Amino acid sequence: MAEKKGKYPTEPLKCWEKAKQIREDYYKNYAKAHDKGGLRWAGGAWTFDAIPMGLGDDVYPITSEPYGASCAFNKQFSLRCLEASEKAGYARDLCAYMRNYWGSILLNEYAFGGPFPKPDFLWQDHICCSHAKWYQIVSELEHGIPHYSIDVAVGPESDINENKIEYIVGQMHDGIEFLEKTTGRKYNDNLLIKAVKNHFRTTSTWAKVCELNKTVPAPLDEKSMYSLYVLGTLQKASETVADFYEELYKEVKDRVERGIAATPNERCRVMSDTQPPWGFLSVFRYLEKFGCVSIGSLYSFGLIGAWEVDDKGEWVHRKTPMENKLTINDRDSALRVYTEWELHKPEWQHFYSPDLKSEMMIRIAKQWKLNGVMLHYNRGCEGLSLGIAENRLALLEAGYPVMVFEGNMGDEREFDMVRTMGRIDAFMETLELKKDFD
Amino acid sequence: MITAGIDMGAKTIKVVIMEDGKKVLSMAKDLGGTDTRATTEKIYADALKKASVKMEDITHVTSTGTGRAAAPYAKDNITEVGAAAKGVIFIYPSARTVIDVGAEEGKTLRCDATGKVIDFAVNEKCAAGAGSFMESMARALEVKLEELGPLALKSTNAIPMNAQCAVFAESEVVTLVHQKTPKQDIAKAIHDAIADRITSMVRKVGFEKDVVIIGGVAKNPAFVEAMKRNLEMDMIVANEPEFVGAIGAAIMAVENAGVK
Repeated sequence: MAEKKGKYPTEPLKCWEKAKQIREDYYKNYAKAHDKGGLRWAGGAWTFDAIPMGLGDDVYPITSEPYGASCAFNKQFSLRCLEASEKAGYARDLCAYMRNYWGSILLNEYAFGGPFPKPDFLWQDHICCSHAKWYQIVSELEHGIPHYSIDVAVGPESDINENKIEYIVGQMHDGIEFLEKTTGRKYNDNLLIKAVKNHFRTTSTWAKVCELNKTVPAPLDEKSMYSLYVLGTLQKASETVADFYEELYKEVKDRVERGIAATPNERCRVMSDTQPPWGFLSVFRYLEKFGCVSIGSLYSFGLIGAWEVDDKGEWVHRKTPMENKLTINDRDSALRVYTEWELHKPEWQHFYSPDLKSEMMIRIAKQWKLNGVMLHYNRGCEGLSLGIAENRLALLEAGYPVMVFEGNMGDEREFDMVRTMGRIDAFMETLELKKDFD
Repeated sequence: MITAGIDMGAKTIKVVIMEDGKKVLSMAKDLGGTDTRATTEKIYADALKKASVKMEDITHVTSTGTGRAAAPYAKDNITEVGAAAKGVIFIYPSARTVIDVGAEEGKTLRCDATGKVIDFAVNEKCAAGAGSFMESMARALEVKLEELGPLALKSTNAIPMNAQCAVFAESEVVTLVHQKTPKQDIAKAIHDAIADRITSMVRKVGFEKDVVIIGGVAKNPAFVEAMKRNLEMDMIVANEPEFVGAIGAAIMAVENAGVK
């Protein structure tokens, strides 16, 4: 096997082990929360996780999508989960994360060992067609766990107004009453304020990290980014995650200043789209044989990253409310600023129109200096795949070569590795790239 | 310079010997079987013999096709998409769109005058866009594969068939047989279904004249007719359509050998 060589220096990320440890602690803390008298709750990766933090420092979440992805990474366990869901009567074309998650409950097996730790309450939001339903089923499977869901599907960021914010904030206030009644705990607004500020730090700093990937050579590749962005999908409002991202930003900035590349033979830059097939991330390493680096995607940038367009028309990290000197001094102001911030989330925009997604993707393609795009027609996620064929046409019209491959983020039965590699070979040929090594 | 192109297809293996990437000296093919290496060596020897050249006269061998990585003699390889474009442009310089339907895959591509691929699409896991689909349908109708196309051309009736999947299509055929539907009408429905599937791929990548059909299924006149009907345009059926990929590989071998 030939060595991976190139004109750029490379080195491992120093904070890599720390990222792994934070993730490991997260799943362990959730499982063991009851041992120390703490609480467990479950909800989606987009739920307003800062709000339950007002119940105390011993309240631990598990977010469903990254948990479903963790199941998918373990192919044998995933298959058993999927089959358990299907046996229970849930259709095979539903969200693959959801089916893995339900299967894990049905099998009563936690992906990180032991029985599935039953949450004390469910705290969800709803924008994707699966979201609230997901936890309605979880509640049923777990014999009636209290469930609260916040509807956030109020339209794109261009149409945000006071009524829409009020609609969501009202649900949040009611939700806090639900939390107090359900847990019997008194809600602490100071903890809420601290948590939302951490949320702003996490989401803004992750975007800052992604911005650094505009550099040639890219300091990060997307496969590595998946292991880093995941922390934001676990608990954006946690101080640990916010602090970690600031540490990560410093390290990646240093890589940029020293010209450290993720892919030493980088000569071609692409982006992907939607969740990858989690059991087959070697696809991204395969690209490197051609000197091709996936610098990220709207998905890995915008699922948790907070972005805005600056005066020059560039897509840049969103300045935090603290930097903008916004007042956050009580429950209501915290919830309002939190809501307004989240309604700008890039990955929420394209639920309203594929054109909004195309616009963001073309912006990334231009500013991150891309040579091509690889679109995953992801059968496992209706929400993020909706309109993807429209995005393809828009990208082609904008002059970017596009390759598509079909698959499923969480159901390996719908992904064909060999044919996907064959397709990549053909795409690399169209980009006039040959393998540097086997 | 004498070069060779080996197309390790899903079902058949094709070898082409060329001089300077400009003149085809010989072509040979056979079913791949299970011992594809031995089969390829035999076909290769056959092609050399037909071209009256010796093995040591071959400067460079490039492979293509599904099994290209396992091709004996080949020093490098090119994807089926790239080989198809190169082969077609060599034979038909005016071609800009290629429809390639082989045993395992249906694919379509757009290319420029140099044979550079601009966009391409390949059918997914399902066999419903490939030659193996026709083989299973011929079995279901109890006719020989080469009779299926001419049989379909006798029909003037259009029967809708939801051939998203070869297995479901076969059960549809069985149902139609039980309903005493004339065989030629069923045969036409099969061709229309596969052509519809390929047409959607063609539309996906876009198409412009000239459109050239290659691959084994190009020999089927009913499929070609259905494609013409769907795209409302005439198209060129390549001479020796199964060998175009191997020709593309032999041309690529000239480039890969470092001499134009």
